[in-house]
Amino acid sequence: MGLLSFATFLPIAGALLILAVPRKNLPLVRIIAAVFTFIPLVITSYLWTQFDYTAAGINTESGFQFVEHLPWIPTYHIEYFIGVDGLSFPMVWLTTLLSFLAIFASWNIDKAQKGYFSLFLLLVTGMMGVFVALDFFLFYIFWEVMLLPMYFLIGVWGGPRREYAAIKFFLYTLFGSVLMLVAMLALYFNVGDPVNGGHTFNMLHMMNQSNHQPWLQVFNVRFWLYIALFVGFAIKVPVFPFHTWLPDAHVEAPTAISVILAGILLKMGTYGLMRISYPILPDMARYTSYFLATLGVINILYGAFVAMAQKDLKKLVAYSSISHMGFVLLGMAVFTEAGMNGAMFQMFSHGMITAMLFLLVGVIYDRAHHRQIDGFGGLGVSMPVYTGVASLAFFAALGLPGMSGFIAEAMVFIGAFPVYRTLTIISAFGIIVTAGYILWTVQRVFLGQLNPKYTEIAEINGRELFTLIPLGILVVFFGVYPMPILNLMKTSLNYLVTLIP
Amino acid sequence: MITQALIIWLLPLLAFTIQIFVGKRLPRKGDWVSVSAIGISFMLSIMLMIQMFMAYDPEFAVTAAMPWIETGNFAIPLGIRLDNLAIIMLMVVTTVSFLVHVYSMGYMAGDQYYNRFFAYLSLFSFSMLGLVLWDNLFGIYMMWELVGICSYLLIGFYFTKDSAANAGKKAFITNRIGDFGFLIGLLIVFTTIGSFNFSAIHEGVSSGLLSGGLLTAAGVLLFAGAVGKSAQFPLHVWLPDAMEGPTPVSALIHAATMVAAGVYLMARLSFMLSFDAMLVVAYIGGFTAIFAATIAITQNDIKRVLAYSTVSQLGYMIMALGVGSYMAGFFHLVTHAMFKAGLFLGSGSVIHAMHHSMHKLHLHEDPNDLRLMGGFKSKMPVTYATFLIFTLALSGIPFFSGFLSKDAILGGTLAFAMSQHNPIHFLLPVFGFTAAMITAFYMFRLVIRTFYGKPVRPEIYEHIHESPKQMTVPLMVLAALSIFIVYTLPSFNPTGAAGGWFDHLIQHPHSAVSAQLGHDVLHIDHETEHLAHISGIIISILVAGLGILLAFFIYYWKKADHTRIAQSIRPLYLLSFNKYYFDEIYQATFVRGLLAWNDLLNWFDAKIIDGIVNLSATVTRVFSAVSGLFDLHIVDGLVNGLANVTSLFGNGLRKIQTGQVQNYILGALLGTVLIIIISLI
Repeated sequence: MGLLSFATFLPIAGALLILAVPRKNLPLVRIIAAVFTFIPLVITSYLWTQFDYTAAGINTESGFQFVEHLPWIPTYHIEYFIGVDGLSFPMVWLTTLLSFLAIFASWNIDKAQKGYFSLFLLLVTGMMGVFVALDFFLFYIFWEVMLLPMYFLIGVWGGPRREYAAIKFFLYTLFGSVLMLVAMLALYFNVGDPVNGGHTFNMLHMMNQSNHQPWLQVFNVRFWLYIALFVGFAIKVPVFPFHTWLPDAHVEAPTAISVILAGILLKMGTYGLMRISYPILPDMARYTSYFLATLGVINILYGAFVAMAQKDLKKLVAYSSISHMGFVLLGMAVFTEAGMNGAMFQMFSHGMITAMLFLLVGVIYDRAHHRQIDGFGGLGVSMPVYTGVASLAFFAALGLPGMSGFIAEAMVFIGAFPVYRTLTIISAFGIIVTAGYILWTVQRVFLGQLNPKYTEIAEINGRELFTLIPLGILVVFFGVYPMPILNLMKTSLNYLVTLIP
Repeated sequence: MITQALIIWLLPLLAFTIQIFVGKRLPRKGDWVSVSAIGISFMLSIMLMIQMFMAYDPEFAVTAAMPWIETGNFAIPLGIRLDNLAIIMLMVVTTVSFLVHVYSMGYMAGDQYYNRFFAYLSLFSFSMLGLVLWDNLFGIYMMWELVGICSYLLIGFYFTKDSAANAGKKAFITNRIGDFGFLIGLLIVFTTIGSFNFSAIHEGVSSGLLSGGLLTAAGVLLFAGAVGKSAQFPLHVWLPDAMEGPTPVSALIHAATMVAAGVYLMARLSFMLSFDAMLVVAYIGGFTAIFAATIAITQNDIKRVLAYSTVSQLGYMIMALGVGSYMAGFFHLVTHAMFKAGLFLGSGSVIHAMHHSMHKLHLHEDPNDLRLMGGFKSKMPVTYATFLIFTLALSGIPFFSGFLSKDAILGGTLAFAMSQHNPIHFLLPVFGFTAAMITAFYMFRLVIRTFYGKPVRPEIYEHIHESPKQMTVPLMVLAALSIFIVYTLPSFNPTGAAGGWFDHLIQHPHSAVSAQLGHDVLHIDHETEHLAHISGIIISILVAGLGILLAFFIYYWKKADHTRIAQSIRPLYLLSFNKYYFDEIYQATFVRGLLAWNDLLNWFDAKIIDGIVNLSATVTRVFSAVSGLFDLHIVDGLVNGLANVTSLFGNGLRKIQTGQVQNYILGALLGTVLIIIISLI
């Protein structure tokens, strides 16, 4: 078993181990969860040092790294085929990082901890699998594996309206999955394996246009396949108008789950588009690019405007995610080097920034037991350290230079402007609105007279800082010097750009 | 030299890092960390300045670049450009910043967040120095945003006050509106030329890669950034509110350096301004100069008067760059930085004294209100003397620095108007001279009402004291830097900068637009220039004298009652006093409009978009309920019905299955008869 598989499946082993621990031994449960998410982080960090920056991947197996390719269900040509390239590796590393940190944000889970942590670990394996799978069927399995623990994590450990939110999330995503399933099967039956001529779930074979059988060369077929895949992925991003599950899910989910949801799960939508839709149906990617860019701009502005109207802090952060994911869409819709790299960098950067924001919301929710923005005020007086860290995160979300979000957004703007000038100008309007809702929020929560209810509120503690500091450092580091991440991904992404006609 | 520049730049960042993390635990709360960092930067800047003087070359420039973002074909390198413009600007920034740091040790003493204040000052110094050093627009844009956030943090330093928190937010958002234009301008430049580097842009524009309407658009959009940062009309509204910040901040950021960044940017970019873009720049600047001056007349808050004065003076600088008086615009930036920083620090000294006096008396009035002052001359001699020097400089009185630079600007606008065929452009010098008169008037109104006459409130006056040395020494240094000779050496001519080092070292860069067009974008011959400058000197001395005289006439000799004057022109007075109602108008339109729009979209999101989702869920549920009923009654009903029918038939038929042979024979006979009848028919 290769290191990549090991990192992927280790959390499941942890989940099983937790189930064997007596319920009363809560510290052991937490330790197991921490250890079994920490080891994958160590492994992926090690793999980073071994990463070959010159290999493109995308549609050539030789370009992938740490590949494991074994037959699994030969009757249906299903293979255990995993590997990473510049497109997936940053997300794999981010997944291991956020999973590890999220364990510490789960410290205060107060019921059925065994169930919680084992489901969480199962979720981690699902997420890792989605990013490493190169066989479509395997990808689909992991995609679905992720769904179920998420449903329970929201539905059991969530807030007051958890059941509504969980079922909405579940059904919405399932609806997308079904479309993806149909598209996958259509591809399966119409792509020939170049070796034996049979059907194949191998994504790389699907990407090779010469393997497409005549039916799959028909414009309408390709178009509707693309749309089916698109809707499946768009729900995950979420792209307007498929986004309304997100605020509900976020508001109800426990802190750590919101972190995972916004930090990793949303990126799977755009990742899927880049990994699957673009290389398999590149002509359709080009055909629908204006449409995608428009949706991106709508996400940016609509998300920002609606965020400004929110009264619940967590909901505000959720809508800000919608807005920031718009930059990913805009950047990836233009097929320029700067745009594509900017989009991917935004996925990585937003993963860290939004994780920080949700962790920060969790910190005050744990103390105040509410999230009404207007219900705070003046926290800068009683929680100066918390205010400092929160300011850093909010400024990062606002796109302040010196932090990763700025680099990503600037690259997207630079990449998109020559292609869609008007759309880019409209989207740039978002920088004003974003400044508006962020600073207004900062003011209402941290500035002004201290709300007398919170004079005695406890300052952020060491465990909470432990979850935030690494992210804060990375956000600043990659904002000042983004090359470590760009080096990881640029070869693959530049190659992906050349695949689009 | 580059290493020196890097040290100058990075030391304050180091100080910030130390201060923000451990400042509280250091002795004296670590103020010496920030002060010594900027102190060393200051001294290194002097060394750079000396090297510049040794070269004494208008074309002097050292550059260095390194790769930064690079993804194949797309690359943004970062580089430093040390030329005369940058070195003089470094000198200005480090000088004022160092003096403000020293001053703050006195002014901020005892503040709860003392170390944080110095941390922010250091962060600001770092950002501002970076803005000066970068050789490319992208780097400038980054530092531009960073100085913006420092400004936000420092305006809102007294963050428990709602007005301070509001002012910080307003400053940042208003600036972002300008930056929106800046960003689009950047994108146009990068898309057409493929680089952010100034020399590459120069080449690109010269060779026509960016030309015509797009060039004008790029110039105007980049200027939009400067409109925000330098508080030009119509984005001027944030600067007066920014006075909520501690006074040293007002001096450093909102008078001397950050607000001048817009002017610096336009100086850097003046080579790529087309004629139309120059006109836009000139008119915005000129209008701002007079517009803000008319507001300054009626304000009673000592800092607000100075704030509107700053807006107005920045307008002068912008106007100068618009009419092609490159040296004059930058010159005024430098001289203004010194005397306006001095004015703010001087007002801070007064406010500090007022504050302490009121504190002793347990009064809760506004220490900034000049209606409560008067006669402070004898109590605060150093503050008064230096304040007077700064005022004379700002009013444009010979022998002071402001006269040289302001006169250069006014002469420049006059020369521009005279060289154009369109007489409407004489509006620019008219704006300029009128504003000069108003400036002299409102500044002396301020001086007279603060320092001269009898104390308005004797009890407050009693407790007024001169400020400590940390505060008065910087004032004296700045006062020395407001004397003409600092800028005219080796010449001793008090009426003009010509022949001095500044005039020699800062020369108009070759216009790339002219190179592209093949003829000068703006041509002013020497005759016109000379004539304009002579007339400029005469008129500007006259108008300044008139303004001062008027101020003395009303406020010192009290020949006319200013309240009566205000009454007689009440509508005008109210317009000025209420700042032409710009805040109210923006509040009622943009702010309210945006909030309403947000609520509308939120409603749309919750009721329509999510409504459709929930509706589809409901429809599905209703459908499944109907299906359930259908299944139960129709489908299952059919199945059951068939069974019922079958059993019905079965029951019916069972009755004829009697088992008696006679019955069967009878049936058979009847059947036979029936068949015969049918076949017969």
